[in-house]
Amino acid sequence: MKALMFGWEFPPHILGGLGTASYGLTKGMAMQDDLEITFVIPKPHGDEDQSFLKIVGACNVPIVWKENEWNYVNQRIGLTMHPDEYFWLRNGIKYNYNRIYTNDLGCVDFSGRYPDNLIEEISNYEAVASVLAHQMDFDIIHSHDWLTFPAGVFAKKISGKPLVIHVHATDFDRSRGQVNPIVYGIEKSGMDAADHIMTVSDLTRKIVIEKYHQDPRKVTTVHNAVDPLPNADSFTKTPRKDKVVTFLGRITMQKGPEYFVEAAYRVLQKTKDVRFVMAGSGDMMNAMIDLVAKRNIADRFHFTGFLKGRQVHEMLAESDVYIMPSVSEPFGISPLEAMQVGTPSIISKQSGCAEILTHAIKTDYWDIDAMADAIYAIVKNPAMHKSLQELGRDEVNNIRWQDAGLKVRGIYESVM
Amino acid sequence: MRNICFYFQIHLPYRLKRYRFIEIGQDHYYYDDFQIEERIRAYVEQSLLPANRTVAEMIRSSNGKFRCAFTISGVTLDQLEHYAPEVIDSFKDLAKTGCVEFMAEPYAHSLSSVFDATEFERQLKLHADKIETLFGKRPSSLFNAELIYSDEIGEIVSKMGFKTMLIDEAKHILGWKSPNYVYSHSYLPKLKLLVRNHKLSDDIAFRFSSLSLTAENFIHWIASLPEGDNVINLGMGYEALGITQPAYTGIFEFLKAIPYHAMEHQMSFMLPSELSKKNESAGPLSVPFPISWVGNDKDLTPWTGNDLQNEAIAKLYAVGERVRMCTDKPLLRDWLILQSTDHFRYMSHKDAWGTNYESAYDAFMNYMNVLADFLERVDAQYPTTIDNEELNELLKTINHQEEEIESLENELKKLRARKAKVEESKK
Repeated sequence: MKALMFGWEFPPHILGGLGTASYGLTKGMAMQDDLEITFVIPKPHGDEDQSFLKIVGACNVPIVWKENEWNYVNQRIGLTMHPDEYFWLRNGIKYNYNRIYTNDLGCVDFSGRYPDNLIEEISNYEAVASVLAHQMDFDIIHSHDWLTFPAGVFAKKISGKPLVIHVHATDFDRSRGQVNPIVYGIEKSGMDAADHIMTVSDLTRKIVIEKYHQDPRKVTTVHNAVDPLPNADSFTKTPRKDKVVTFLGRITMQKGPEYFVEAAYRVLQKTKDVRFVMAGSGDMMNAMIDLVAKRNIADRFHFTGFLKGRQVHEMLAESDVYIMPSVSEPFGISPLEAMQVGTPSIISKQSGCAEILTHAIKTDYWDIDAMADAIYAIVKNPAMHKSLQELGRDEVNNIRWQDAGLKVRGIYESVM
Repeated sequence: MRNICFYFQIHLPYRLKRYRFIEIGQDHYYYDDFQIEERIRAYVEQSLLPANRTVAEMIRSSNGKFRCAFTISGVTLDQLEHYAPEVIDSFKDLAKTGCVEFMAEPYAHSLSSVFDATEFERQLKLHADKIETLFGKRPSSLFNAELIYSDEIGEIVSKMGFKTMLIDEAKHILGWKSPNYVYSHSYLPKLKLLVRNHKLSDDIAFRFSSLSLTAENFIHWIASLPEGDNVINLGMGYEALGITQPAYTGIFEFLKAIPYHAMEHQMSFMLPSELSKKNESAGPLSVPFPISWVGNDKDLTPWTGNDLQNEAIAKLYAVGERVRMCTDKPLLRDWLILQSTDHFRYMSHKDAWGTNYESAYDAFMNYMNVLADFLERVDAQYPTTIDNEELNELLKTINHQEEEIESLENELKKLRARKAKVEESKK
């Protein structure tokens, strides 16, 4: 079976959880021997892990016919795509896309990020999909998140192959209810056109059914998993006098950073041997610094700025408690990563991962008292810390992508 | 002749309220009165009163041939006295018929038999006193909380003068032996052990409606037990009558029909104390490690199976000796209530039966916050810097100071008198 997947991010160059989830899922699915995956992303960097799938960069796919020398093409894009493939794909151009600004190869220069002209990039991505759909051979189309829905839908119209879409987040999560009508429109028409919709949690499934008016029979939850951490033991905890409680993620409205500050304030009323760390960056960072100062806890509250790669795991491993007070989190992979390195997690009940975790503390995001209580209990009770640490690690190590992959495979087969 | 021995356990723990760490040292009241009252009301209306009426009617209609035993934990009696004194009266009425026996158990329905022997004895005495005041007879049989039993516990109990103790049918203890005989302690033959028939008891308590059980069938099962199986112990929580098996399943009618069918088969009903008096032991049972009546393994793991539970129990019982030196009444009351087994069961990851918490961790957090406040209060009474022995000496001095002063004064008087005499004689 051949699957054509449209995505937006792929490790190592990732901006959010979508890339991590795409990687994990495709890797888990690749364990099935008879499955071939072609993964399209706007802009590959050439250092992606292609051992288990084939990556196609949309920025290398011509959408306007331009004559070029083989050697020139090789020099331009040889790092990420073989020139022969370029010429072969060029035969798939069936529509006139002269209105779109293209470079000398007839390709679009995608940023691969989330620029201001995101809507334009999305529609350009759709144009690329038409070329791929005409030229390539595949049995099913799989679109990851709303950015790629138009591409998937177009590919379905051209090829007549079934489309499944994967909802990693909806605009309702990102905006606390203040949805952007354009984004909603793209999401909704993608869902309407899809043969099946996969959501990362029951929470998201409910939103898809209720807010996007989808038939419940068409929507299935496939919970995310977490990639095993091969060098989990290499992350160690430096012994220190004070306990460390960490918030890690984008400092935005969706992640509920202010609840963390308020909980910290309550804990510090009772005990002084705790330090709080807010790692990450985002549009609410300055407001949070203000709030910390206003609550008079700045001597115990620290901001690290944006962390990436190994730093993330190091920060998690150094912590005694990881906390994710998200207001609305479709899944939320970071508590699982924290548990992998043996750090107990407190998560909001409004997070998708709460559905599959037992050995984590769950509170409502607004319930600052419960959150403070949980922080206090973990830093003061060694038995609590130990239990969450040991049982949590075992639990997380049993949540595997390959099981999610099998579930996705079942959905593929049901729509074919 | 086969003897059927019915006994019912009645226990409802005090529910703790949501107690946040911020309240430690501020708020010393730990209980959720609303929940407690609601639960006790439901228990009383659905089970206790209708079941007591049924038992009374069975006794009356069988001319006192039907007999059964009860074990009511001390904390439950306290709640009943507070919220539903009519139930106490109804038990008193049953007691007057002479056909029921009230058994002893640790006052707080606690794990003290395993973790704190002194506390265990204290609670048994406390409970026996309470039963004697309420129902006029001091218990001689013991139903330990959760039917926990081991040789060691048997020894304590036997020394306290109990003649009968109830245990559950644990496969690894009985082996090929039938539960339907009277057994005895492994080296103290005076203590008789009555083994609960696990299958037949649960047929009523948990499977009554799904089996569509009738009294005729049930008695027939007992009648067709092998020759010699003459003692059938049927023990269950009283809530089986009316709550686990609601009234509409016909559980009360089933019970009412039991005496008739039993007598048709020449079976009789007996109380635990009568059974152990009238039957010789079929042999000793050796129980080196504690058993209980929960789960397939019949061990203590529902209360002591994980780190959270062990931590909470260790912290609680570490202050036992100290608390017993205190005289502060509210403190002593909290000490009892906090020992109920249920608090620890709620911390089980696998088997948190009856829990009102979202998770084991939630239960642990709440309990530990309460316990932290409780320990602070204990500490405030007698600082931990003084060790127990020293404290004991000091307390002795303080408590006896009046007597001491009196005796010294007497001595002084005597000496003065003698001095006066001497001086007089000199003159």
